[in-house]
Amino acid sequence: MSTDAIASSRRPAPTFYCREEPPVHNGTLLGFWIYLMSDCFIFASLFVANAVLGTQYAGGPTGSQVFDLVGLAWNTALLLVSSVTFGFAMLQIQQGNKRAMLGWLAISGLLAAGFVGLEIHEFVDMIAQGAGPGRSAFLSSFFALVGTHGLHVTFGVIWLVVLMVQLNRYGATPDNIRRLRCLSMFWHFLDLVWVGVFSYVYLVGVLR
Amino acid sequence: MSQPHPSGASSSDHHDDALHVHEGSLRSYLTGFVLAAILTIIPFWLVMNQVIDSRAATIAIVLILAVAQIVVHIVYFLHLDTRSEGGWNMLAFIFSTVLVVIVLGASIWVLYHENMNMMPGMMPTTSQPQHSMPMPMSMPMTMTTPSS
Repeated sequence: MSTDAIASSRRPAPTFYCREEPPVHNGTLLGFWIYLMSDCFIFASLFVANAVLGTQYAGGPTGSQVFDLVGLAWNTALLLVSSVTFGFAMLQIQQGNKRAMLGWLAISGLLAAGFVGLEIHEFVDMIAQGAGPGRSAFLSSFFALVGTHGLHVTFGVIWLVVLMVQLNRYGATPDNIRRLRCLSMFWHFLDLVWVGVFSYVYLVGVLR
Repeated sequence: MSQPHPSGASSSDHHDDALHVHEGSLRSYLTGFVLAAILTIIPFWLVMNQVIDSRAATIAIVLILAVAQIVVHIVYFLHLDTRSEGGWNMLAFIFSTVLVVIVLGASIWVLYHENMNMMPGMMPTTSQPQHSMPMPMSMPMTMTTPSS
């Protein structure tokens, strides 16, 4: 845009911008997407720490001794179903059905809260067994990665509750729909990161 | 790129809506759910029942299925395509994927070899205290060039 001003001060005729480019009415969604991409790097570095330190048990418990795969299966199912129900809530934007939207959002929030609850239960159990984050490098990297993901989900739930209050009070205004789309990306992104966590940290962690 | 295109006006018709986003459909969410569920159940089954004797093969399959599931999530849940946000979403995604692969791959590679070379068995004996920085075993011999 500034180049346009410079060009016009010299000579009026030529235009040096692309007419094909769609106008950016609202950069929030793209900006939020770029935030998520930067969040990828936080998780990537934590995954690297886990990959490198995952076998440094320091004489402490190994992955196969502390991981509860049945609990993990429940956690994974909760997060996956919550991702789908959030998608169903997003579909209600086109239908314009606020009650159904709030209903699906509430279900998604409860499923994610269940996920966080199970994870806290797992952490407390592990710490009680003496497998806390201070026990070995393996457990430090485990708690750092899984804890960071759990914190993301927790803040997602808080965000969801705030947004549900907004939706209930002001309805599906363009502002609220934009916020909902950001949260939707956040929600699916966290489920995507969880795929890496359960596959690599837990399932591969049990094997190695 | 810099030339004004005569048919430019017609393509902007798709972008009238300020919040035009690829929303997905019931069908896409259900397809994604079924695929993700299958790609989740297989690795759990493999690991919990120890179906395959070889651990390395099991790890490889689990990781391949994880990558496949991540692709399913991106396509069916995040609805990433080349058109959303005028292609910038895809561009940012490709950029960060390349960087994540470099960060993950290179870090694991470097630190794995460093771990190997810093093993206690690799350390020089204490009879040579002047070598404070032990040379790793895998260091190529070309590093020690003869001084002329």
